[in-house]
Amino acid sequence: MIADFGYGVLVVTFIVTLYSIFAAIYGEQKKSAALVESARRAMLLTWPLLTLAAGILIYLLINNHFEVQFVYEVTSRSMPTYLKVTAWWGGQAGSLLFWSWLMSAFASLVTLRKWDRDREFLPWVIVVACVTLAFFVGMTIFFENPFKQLFQTVDGINPFTFQPANSILFTPQDGRGLNPLLRHPGMVIHPPMLYLGFVSFVIPYAFAMAALITGRTDDRWIRITRRWTLWAWLFLSAGLVLGSRWAYDVLGWGGFWGWDPVEIAAFMPWLTGTAFLHSVMIQEKRGMLKHWNMLLIIITYDLVIFGTFLTRSGVLSSVHAFAQSAIGPFFFLFIGLTLITSVALIIYRWDKLRSETEMTSMLSREALFLLNNLLFISILVVCFWGVIYPLISELFTGQKVTVGPPFYLRATGPLFAALIFLMGVAPLSAWGHSTLKTLGRAIWKPTVGAILITIALYLTYTHNLYAILGFFLIALVILVTIYEYWRGAYARQKAQGENVFVAFWNLTKRNRRRYGGYIIHLSISLMAIGILGINLFQTETQGTIGVNDSMHIAGYTMKYKDVASWDNAPAGVNYTRATVSIYGKDGTYLGDLHPRKDYYFDAQQPMTIPGQLASLKDEVYVILIDWQPINQAGTTFKIFVNPLINWMWIGSFLFLFGIIIAAWPDEDPERVAVRADKSLKQTSAAD
Amino acid sequence: MKINKFVIGGIFILGAVVFLIWSSTAANSEYFLTIDELNAKGASIANKNLRVSGAVIGDTIQYDTNSLTLTFEVAQVPGDNSLIESQGGLAAVLHQAVLDPSRARMKVVYVGPKPDLLRNEAQAIMTGHIDADGVFHADELLLKCPTKYEQAVPKQAG
Repeated sequence: MIADFGYGVLVVTFIVTLYSIFAAIYGEQKKSAALVESARRAMLLTWPLLTLAAGILIYLLINNHFEVQFVYEVTSRSMPTYLKVTAWWGGQAGSLLFWSWLMSAFASLVTLRKWDRDREFLPWVIVVACVTLAFFVGMTIFFENPFKQLFQTVDGINPFTFQPANSILFTPQDGRGLNPLLRHPGMVIHPPMLYLGFVSFVIPYAFAMAALITGRTDDRWIRITRRWTLWAWLFLSAGLVLGSRWAYDVLGWGGFWGWDPVEIAAFMPWLTGTAFLHSVMIQEKRGMLKHWNMLLIIITYDLVIFGTFLTRSGVLSSVHAFAQSAIGPFFFLFIGLTLITSVALIIYRWDKLRSETEMTSMLSREALFLLNNLLFISILVVCFWGVIYPLISELFTGQKVTVGPPFYLRATGPLFAALIFLMGVAPLSAWGHSTLKTLGRAIWKPTVGAILITIALYLTYTHNLYAILGFFLIALVILVTIYEYWRGAYARQKAQGENVFVAFWNLTKRNRRRYGGYIIHLSISLMAIGILGINLFQTETQGTIGVNDSMHIAGYTMKYKDVASWDNAPAGVNYTRATVSIYGKDGTYLGDLHPRKDYYFDAQQPMTIPGQLASLKDEVYVILIDWQPINQAGTTFKIFVNPLINWMWIGSFLFLFGIIIAAWPDEDPERVAVRADKSLKQTSAAD
Repeated sequence: MKINKFVIGGIFILGAVVFLIWSSTAANSEYFLTIDELNAKGASIANKNLRVSGAVIGDTIQYDTNSLTLTFEVAQVPGDNSLIESQGGLAAVLHQAVLDPSRARMKVVYVGPKPDLLRNEAQAIMTGHIDADGVFHADELLLKCPTKYEQAVPKQAG
């Protein structure tokens, strides 16, 4: 009964979004402000409606309404309430509703802003937002209804949206429960973060389309959506980082990124989004690359839809894949249609999007930004190629051929290295014109510093050529960034008579995007240290030992002390927990670790949780592989030593912090932008 | 003149990227095969990088904790998605594959931790190579348990 009501609400929402689309288009055609206003209000109505639908679904999840197929599939009686709520996005039907709900929230937020100066954009922003929303709500109504109920007919028990004739409602005793791997705090917030990032990229896209349709193709749409883009990027980045951390903590294979198609699907919009973030600055400052920016946001939008689709379908084999489903063709149709329409609009407005200035110097800031964009797009092409290669090869040779992580590492490695090098050079170049001489004058001090650091690392840490090259680039970026920060602060200190800390603070406050950006560059370098460390220096060992025996790896000694196993009946889990002590090179005691194996009875599945001993230098990562009460041979462990990995997580935190600084709302973005322009001219000319 | 240097630069970058992709693909390709296809290829495929998918037969799973050597057998499942759909979905196909003794089977050896998802009727996607005796040596083991998510109809309660 309640489930039927929930479905009804979804149908009403669908009709409201369709009305909003038509009212906006028709109102715009007839120049009727009242109709456009009506469209706007209709769109505002979608959020309360979807909140109601979501509330109903959550009610069903919490109260064990197993007659609802979705509830049966993702929850069980033994799950705590908070996990039942988060099971909302634990399956395909629910996550489509979740996507729609977020989309309507963001669409409402954006329609509530002041529209005085941008009236002409409004109807088209509504149209784009509502078409996207209608697509997702339509998917839940026609194909993936989370409110389907189980009915018993003569053919057996099957899920139906409407009760078939001669059937009775069927209520299972208990649900199947969420996959134990997903019952983890990281997994509770990782999907919402990723979805927030996905959904918020729809807003800049909507404004871009509005700009193309209305022909108001100056940088207004970019200025309006600048902060949206940054927040979208923040959420997407946070989603990726949390997913990596979850994989590292829960999947127990000693790494955090496996170049799995679904990981790549989430990574691809991040790549184009990052390219977009950089290239819009060229349009703002120099009036160039307007076609390119349009194209980037269109590709980002369609990659977001593609990403949502990939994470929720079984097209490509992946650990994330949940199920095959009927929605695939519709997603491709939608992606195809939006892509063709958007690109057609760019061609239609081609002349209006011409650059106002010409690029002259190869070393100017805009040329280096363009190079940065090309590198991001190249990485995207590598990723996309890797994901679709099985399909392509099957098409042309009839033989499915896939590529694995070595392909990605090898093809993207040089591109990432080039990007890091650019991060070191570009901040020192000037807009319009730079020469080797001016650039050289700015960069020689950090370069000398980086060479000294690299030599020190060569003497003390490693002789690996790739590592040495990587560390040199990383050191260069860090020094350049600090140098730039210091130069800005020093100039202020002298000019305004402020002390160092006040100068730093004011500098950042005055130009958040620039200095937030520097913090992000810095954090990327730190993350790169971790990525180099785990890829080049990871070591592992494994063995079966008895209590009080030891294993040795990379200068560390692990002594096996104890193991215990017990049931937690209410939670439906059996825990097996070992205690091991870790000793350093000279036998110093470093700490105890507790690698665990949890066995979930309802899902009949174990979950391996490593013990981790973290330090800035190494992380000792111990997995309990096997323990049997009757096994005389002992207990089996696998140990990884992951050098430098914690720089990855430190960098991640700093990274998110940097985006928040860049994205934090100012009193009046317009005025600050003007001021930033001025201060930039002062500081960026390579002195 | 000014345009030229950017065009040349662009072509250079494009060329570098194409080379990177081409050489990396050539060096790291893995042939995605079903067990039937593998048997049909015979010796021509020995020691090539392969990716094979199959249904795990629960009774054959053996794990030697001393050497961390995992051995099990997988049964032929079709690789084509539409074919899987027409046979009632992945869960049904995997179930059939394990029950049907006439299906081609393959022995798999893997050294490493036993994956949590390894169990009867799971779909295993293995990367590795096949030796002269027809035993598959997996370097990487990916598992999916569609029954967990897909089985639309619950077992009758009580």
